[in-house]
Amino acid sequence: MRWKTLEYSGWGRSHRARGDLARPERRADLARICAETPAPAIGMRRSYGDAATNDAGRAIDMTRLDRMTGFDPDAGLLEVEAGTRLGEIAAALAPRGWLPAVLPGTGFATVGGAIAQDVHGKNHHHAGSFGQHVESLTLLQGGATVEVAPGTDLFLATLGGLGQTGVIVSARLRLMRVPGAAMEVRETRAAHWSDHLAALERSDAPYCVGWIDATATGATLGRGIVEEARHSAGPVAAQTRARKVALDAPGLALSAPVVRAFNAAYFNRIPPAGRTRLRALPDFFFPLDRLHDWNRLYGKRGFHQFQCVVPPGAAKALREMLEAVAASGLASPLAVLKRMGPGRAGMLSFPMAGWTLAIDFPNGPAARDLIARLEAMALAAEGRIYLAKDALAAPATIRAMYPELGAWAHEAARADPQGYLATDLVRRLQLRAPA
Amino acid sequence: MSDTWIILGATSAMARAFARSLAAEGAGLLLAGRDGAELALLAQDCRLRGARLAEAMAFDTRDAATFAALIARAAAEPGPISAAVFAGSMPPQAAIDADPALIEGVVADNFAGPARFLQMLAPVIEARGAGTVVGVGSVAGDRGRLGNYVYGAAKAGFHAYLSGLRNRLGRAGGHVVTVKPGFVDTAMTWGLPGMFLVARPEAVAADIRSAILRRRNVIYTPFFWRWIMLIIRTIPEPIFKKLKI
Repeated sequence: MRWKTLEYSGWGRSHRARGDLARPERRADLARICAETPAPAIGMRRSYGDAATNDAGRAIDMTRLDRMTGFDPDAGLLEVEAGTRLGEIAAALAPRGWLPAVLPGTGFATVGGAIAQDVHGKNHHHAGSFGQHVESLTLLQGGATVEVAPGTDLFLATLGGLGQTGVIVSARLRLMRVPGAAMEVRETRAAHWSDHLAALERSDAPYCVGWIDATATGATLGRGIVEEARHSAGPVAAQTRARKVALDAPGLALSAPVVRAFNAAYFNRIPPAGRTRLRALPDFFFPLDRLHDWNRLYGKRGFHQFQCVVPPGAAKALREMLEAVAASGLASPLAVLKRMGPGRAGMLSFPMAGWTLAIDFPNGPAARDLIARLEAMALAAEGRIYLAKDALAAPATIRAMYPELGAWAHEAARADPQGYLATDLVRRLQLRAPA
Repeated sequence: MSDTWIILGATSAMARAFARSLAAEGAGLLLAGRDGAELALLAQDCRLRGARLAEAMAFDTRDAATFAALIARAAAEPGPISAAVFAGSMPPQAAIDADPALIEGVVADNFAGPARFLQMLAPVIEARGAGTVVGVGSVAGDRGRLGNYVYGAAKAGFHAYLSGLRNRLGRAGGHVVTVKPGFVDTAMTWGLPGMFLVARPEAVAADIRSAILRRRNVIYTPFFWRWIMLIIRTIPEPIFKKLKI
């Protein structure tokens, strides 16, 4: 196997790594690499921070092991290789009435990444996390192929397990039945924080998410748009054409006045009485995928996403975070508020019942200070932050937020005693250090 | 009904992208190559993407005994039979310099094997009065260069063969597209020094599909390689022989 020396990064581009990557196109090549030169597996690197980087080390790029290798329509079970992008599965199978039960905000995420981060979607309060729909999976631990079934400690350590229990080769996913490739989407304005929260709480739609204007302050703090959706047989609306950000944008592109103006326009495009539209499936699930390489809008320095979840009774903590964000003038247009259910599949899974808030910030000292404050507020509210987004947290913070970390580290050590699979994130947060 | 396509060397990244684009339109696919396990995975994938037929078939450029069964299987399908040749191999020139016997394999993989197979397929296309042959050559076949002239020579031979086959099949309603890719992001080029303007296999597949629809004769993909190669072909030999490109 040839190795290619590359500089690469996570989606946020704030942390860069340099190392050798192999990109096997055949199963036998992957098996040989795992047996002879074990290294962490990475996919499309849609995790924002350093979860998918291994600076000064090796990594296995899984994106060419991307085949759907079997489907049982009676059971709705799809067998698929880890490098397969979720958007590809949706595109191929939705017209025939099947869809992964959980889809994150980008269709470029791979099956392996979705498992390693136990991702969630806009339907988490009904459908739970991605890992709860994994029927079984196959790992390569060194030279050994290991089948992993739900309920075992190895399964619990693998779902959300950051790829530390072995290279995920393939998985069997329980798909859900859908009437077609269209979504009926209802958008309504929320005038301020409590209005927003009440609308999310009231919604009985299978998919529900709130966009927040994180620049709004005072009486309009927390204003936004509540988006509710259900599956529809169509007719399928035409899909929006993809465009590409060809260059790193200058710092001005997402400066405070630009963001304020953009957010006001974005809010006002929804009529006061709301609107209901029929949308193509990818336009609803993966709205930002239409703009390829949109992370370059943040320029060379990259950006951070802060995402936390707090218990149902702690929504007030999110309001305080939002106040701090609005006062900072650092927010970007991307800010999302969601209700979360209790569903989670693994020891290090992010989801828990409550409220989750996600906000992007251009990278810089002020943003990093603000994120540190937000992390402390999340911890004080007995919440936690999402490792798929994190590039900044300290080991002690994560230890306090993830009570099952010790049990997980034990399983990871059993699966990979030499620590071959450690990534930059695992080292930074000392996740595999004995408690 | 859409064509049935024989895809030779189907496990390559370019072939995979091409097969998937055909599968999405419900084509029939006979996925041929040496690695049966990989071909079986690809066949499943193509079926799930919409292929009305996708079967793994044994094919080895260096073993002509594998050819007849593949052609017979294709001929059992109704409608036009088409073929796309992605098979090939590119050992480093230095390895060939050290062991000249490797030349036989290079010629077999890139020229003699595929040509012999297409020669056996030609009567089927003529008999049905329809069908397309896609032959994947290389820009390396346009002029012999220090870095890989044995590979280039085999591809040049294949280009000449495809030109003649086009002349023959065109009279009977068939068509031949010669494809000359530049650098493509595949396992063959991964980590090689000196790669630039590397194209995605999906982009190459889309170019090939469009060339088939428009009945183009010879395409470069991506398109700008036509101009790069025009320059390289135009350099006078007294100068060219001193260059290291």
